[in-house]
Amino acid sequence: MERYYQKEIETASREEITAIQDEKLVRQVKHVWENVPFYRKKMEEKGLTPDDIKGIADLHKLPFIMKDDLKEQYPYGLLAVPLKDVVRIHSTSGTTGKRVVSFYTQHDIDLWDDCCARAITAAGGTDEDVCQVSYGFGLFTGGAGLNGGSHKVGCLTVPMSSGNTDRQIMFIMDMQATILCCTPSYAAYLGERMKELGYGPDDIPLKAGIFGAEAWSEEMRHSIEETLGIKAYDIYGLTEISGPGVAFECSAQDGMHVNEDHFVPEIIDPKTGEVLPDGEQGELVFTCLDKEAFPLIRYRTRDICVLNREPCSCGRTHVRMRKPMGRTDDMLIIRGVNVFPSQIETVLLNNGYAANYQIIVDRVNNTDTLEVQVEMTPEMFTDNIGEISNRQKILVDGLRSMLGLKAKVTLVTPKTIARSEGKAVRVIDKRKI
Amino acid sequence: MSIKQISVFLVNKPGTLKNMTSVLAANSIDMRAISLAETDEFGIARIVVDDVIRAREVLEDSDFVASINSVIPVEIPDTPGGLDKILGDFAAANINIQYMYSFVLSKADGTAGMIFRVNDTASAEAKLAARGLKILTWDEIKD
Repeated sequence: MERYYQKEIETASREEITAIQDEKLVRQVKHVWENVPFYRKKMEEKGLTPDDIKGIADLHKLPFIMKDDLKEQYPYGLLAVPLKDVVRIHSTSGTTGKRVVSFYTQHDIDLWDDCCARAITAAGGTDEDVCQVSYGFGLFTGGAGLNGGSHKVGCLTVPMSSGNTDRQIMFIMDMQATILCCTPSYAAYLGERMKELGYGPDDIPLKAGIFGAEAWSEEMRHSIEETLGIKAYDIYGLTEISGPGVAFECSAQDGMHVNEDHFVPEIIDPKTGEVLPDGEQGELVFTCLDKEAFPLIRYRTRDICVLNREPCSCGRTHVRMRKPMGRTDDMLIIRGVNVFPSQIETVLLNNGYAANYQIIVDRVNNTDTLEVQVEMTPEMFTDNIGEISNRQKILVDGLRSMLGLKAKVTLVTPKTIARSEGKAVRVIDKRKI
Repeated sequence: MSIKQISVFLVNKPGTLKNMTSVLAANSIDMRAISLAETDEFGIARIVVDDVIRAREVLEDSDFVASINSVIPVEIPDTPGGLDKILGDFAAANINIQYMYSFVLSKADGTAGMIFRVNDTASAEAKLAARGLKILTWDEIKD
């Protein structure tokens, strides 16, 4: 029996959803026109006024907003409400030279928490569950989002944050946690560690996992499900739009339902900007319908994705998006495997390293080699050589499970990896093909 | 009494160790003992200095990563079996030694000292003291 957190809206008819979107979009366009000079200017450049936007069918007329716009408008340029109404910020890591700061009113946090509550409920969560949130807490949206969603569902919430794996396991076992929220690579690592400690799938109380914030494969899903004895659900989000829960997987595990009453997805041709028909692959674009503080309109995510409006066996009517495997402009192909620097960065961050790294790709005897150089940090340094080597090995294992490739990890002295003023040079490709 | 040593992360490349000693020299930090542990890629220098806090400050200012740990300094009798006897005390007290390194204790007569790093310094100190082993103080090794 499929459970819903907000059944009425999650299973609404297409007509009902469209009516909601029409009304909210008209209001949102007025809101940004009146409160964000940047948007007004962009619309004026296209000869638009809020009167030209009568409903969701007019969405395609509106200008796009790009990641570079966010950078130029940092920090307060896109804020659409007075500071007194803003209650929180979140931010991306920023070390890639592309810091994004997103603002929230209490209303924005409530709707974000609702979205996460829908995801937890879709994964089978109820107020009887013990939900361990092992995403990082802090500026990162992962911990806050799932923590809020878990509260809304009424789960007993264990706000673990990331790191300290053995303590994580102790809490899973002692509290009898039934739902685990973290990144897939960390779930895989927790699984490996639990296996080492002698816990089999039948000993582990978990029944479901909600894993996101990084790209992961079906193989990785199966391996995590097997090791932990759970069903693993994908969740999608981005700080710019709110955080995790923009879209989430249901029991059908065939794409993620976008919370269309709050966020409208479009797929466009990244070269021409034209909207593509459903089913075609292109760049994913999001519009926030009712966020107040940081309401991005037609934000180009650079994620390559496909939308699917076929009815879903779970009963939800919201459009499904396929798992995006990464960004178009920074993909590497190493030994035939697609590798995104962001995946490597995620593994580093999950293991407590700073995101100061360099990826060196070379070709030795016709085989591609991948080396990741990481700066040693005071937090990661210990006087014990065995312990440092062990931490290196954990990174190698984490990279292997994330990428499906063996990488060499080299620890280097702080500040020896060149800093850049703009876009950091993360990749040195020495291959001569 | 245990003393503090400073451990410094060093990448395995020519000149790295010299860069570190130059920082210490430029700041007039006096070294009493040093040892180097290494792997293929990196090493750790462990040093007993006159002022660990300042040593860490100046090294970190020069982008070295360093940590401060407690170690146990012991005088080794300059007779055959001297070290063996001391290690006998560690073994009998069931203390696991992570590593050790030696230094010259007295510049005048060349008596040897040994620095021991163990898992639980406080408990090891108590056990060794209970066995009558004399643990050196900073005042005894500083010159």
